Amino acid sequence: MSTITPETLIPERPEAEADLAKPRTLRNSYTGRDHAFRAITFTGGIIVLVVMLLVGAFLASNGVQAINEVGLWKFLTTANWAPESNDFGIAAVLLGTVQIAAVALLVAMPLALGTSLFITEVAGGWLKKVLTSMVDLLAAVPSVVFGLWGAYMLQPNIVDFSKWISVWFGWIPLFQVDGVDPASPLRDTVPFTASTFIAGLVVAMMIVPIQTSIMTESFRRAPVGEREGAFALGATRWGMIRTVVLPFGKGGIIGGTMLGLGRALGETIAIYLIISPVFEIKFHILEKGANSIAAMIALKYSESNEFAMSALMAAGFSLFLMTMVVNFTASAIIAKSRSGADSEG
Amino acid sequence: MNIKARRSAALVPATPAPATEALPAVDAAGLGQLAVFDEPTTDVPSGAARLRAENISAWFGDRKVLDRVSLTMEPGKVTALIGPSGCGKSTFLRILNRMHEMVPSASLAGQVRLDGTDIYDPSQRVTAARRQIGMVFQKANPFPAMSIYENTIAGLKLAGIKADRVEKDFLVEDSLRKASLWEEVKDRLHQPGGGLSGGQQQRLCIARSLAVSPRVLLMDEPCSALDPTSTRRVEETIHSLRGQITIVIVTHNMQQAARVSDECAFFLAAHNQPGGIVEHGDTEAMFGAPRDSRTSDYVNGRFG
Ligand SMILES: Nc1ncnc2c1ncn2[C@@H]1O[C@H](COP(=O)(O)OP(=O)(O)O)[C@@H](O)[C@H]1O
Ligand SMILES: [Mg+2]
Repeated sequence: MSTITPETLIPERPEAEADLAKPRTLRNSYTGRDHAFRAITFTGGIIVLVVMLLVGAFLASNGVQAINEVGLWKFLTTANWAPESNDFGIAAVLLGTVQIAAVALLVAMPLALGTSLFITEVAGGWLKKVLTSMVDLLAAVPSVVFGLWGAYMLQPNIVDFSKWISVWFGWIPLFQVDGVDPASPLRDTVPFTASTFIAGLVVAMMIVPIQTSIMTESFRRAPVGEREGAFALGATRWGMIRTVVLPFGKGGIIGGTMLGLGRALGETIAIYLIISPVFEIKFHILEKGANSIAAMIALKYSESNEFAMSALMAAGFSLFLMTMVVNFTASAIIAKSRSGADSEG
Repeated sequence: MNIKARRSAALVPATPAPATEALPAVDAAGLGQLAVFDEPTTDVPSGAARLRAENISAWFGDRKVLDRVSLTMEPGKVTALIGPSGCGKSTFLRILNRMHEMVPSASLAGQVRLDGTDIYDPSQRVTAARRQIGMVFQKANPFPAMSIYENTIAGLKLAGIKADRVEKDFLVEDSLRKASLWEEVKDRLHQPGGGLSGGQQQRLCIARSLAVSPRVLLMDEPCSALDPTSTRRVEETIHSLRGQITIVIVTHNMQQAARVSDECAFFLAAHNQPGGIVEHGDTEAMFGAPRDSRTSDYVNGRFG
């Protein structure tokens, strides 16, 4: 037996066969079906991309005329919308869009989070099934129905709550409502109707389902092994949720919330049915009068000439960009999170 | 407090199994409805405890997988559960710390006495039972979002125990040392626990269980997926815990059972029949001079 030294451990490598150590090119042989599959999926992907680019290009090319007329800066900072007198911009509607979406998100996020945790962690058996399908059903309700529900059912009932907030928290400028005398014994709720707040609530109801189904999906995938690990340490159910489910579902929570935000920004008809449109920069969310880009386009579309149409296209393009960024960020977060990337267990 | 009321209502006391055919006395699906905001348990007794399983039967749906199994696990001793796959060892182990009831279709009968107190008694809390009877699973399950340090003391937070920095530091080092992992991770305590090798992750899980000072530690094939070095470390840990904690370990490895255990119980189930204990006793006797021929066949590797 020979002794082992570092030298003897290294095998001889003949110079003549040096090209054996070059990396090989790896090729798979595709069958006809492989090719067909690749072609179909590839075409599908390309079509989606092309349609998206076309929509963007269409809006941009049509809107550029109006923006050139007043300049980008004025377009972004003007609150009024009067294309006929060259006095128009998206400042008010953009702000309105963001405010409605913010109200919607603030209400919908906790609701969706609570609902998904209830579905995945608390409800069992038939209740779980019923709730899951109810959420899916809710997602399928057309937005015009939500709009009607909001205008004729929610609004008359929620205005008293709006008033209550403004009476008690009116000292915060956001909740201030002008033109109401809190001491008046009459039930004057008109100043509280058609507001950013109510539009936001309706949009919240519309985005809860999508947020809930994405969060539910990510919570459901939290590995059984980790759940049991927490319980075996004496965790309460809430303790287990905090240590295992929420960290695991973080991507789903953020992604689902942002996907809801994307929908909230673009929501049109429900907002259109509720608000009474105003073109001014305002921060009083409980007060009558609100606006959003999408609702404005729906509102002005029929009465617009060619130039006014171009102005609307430009507004539409800004909305397109905004929702695009939000949605891409959302899907990137969902895809990168552990719940998406690694579903073992 | 309707939460409390509902919880105890679900806990029908386990009636002693009738001599003929034991029926599911406890609806485990009901037991699984642990209240969401049940307060965690902070004060529990400590020190090795005697665990006594009495007439344990278990079902998954209508299928009975254990039939009136009784076994005493002596305080501070290591008890090995051996037997072929599917004879109910894991089920038995999971009944010992109330994990069985997590399976929706599962039900059980019988009592599990921790120093005399039935852990399934309505007056007992699920969280308290699990705190005192820790469990290490076949597949390592550290919390991947947490660092090694946080993983080790995760049980403190879950049990609602407050500790200051010094106490935590001490507990982390002490637990990791007991699990024979300290030397390997002491320089990277704040890196994620998921970045460790499989064997290290399993030892981290052992450390995590030890950090809440359980009185009994259940281990379900803890080494079946481990490399030889980690397996040796885990066995060292078991040896060093002898006398301090009651250990129950399921293993498929006869040498391991012979090396680490004081007592041994041999489980067996005939085809499609509920499992039970064929023979139990001193490990040396079980391996050296088994009374039952099936035990002798199994420990000598002639089946299973
Ligand atoms: N979650 C479950 N649902 C239904 N049957 C199960 C479940 N877990 C285990 N079983 C059945 O119970 C019997 C005992 O299983 P188990 O306790 O895991 O055996 P062992 O650990 O000895 O291999 C097996 O027949 C198995 O198929
Ligand atoms: Mg098993």
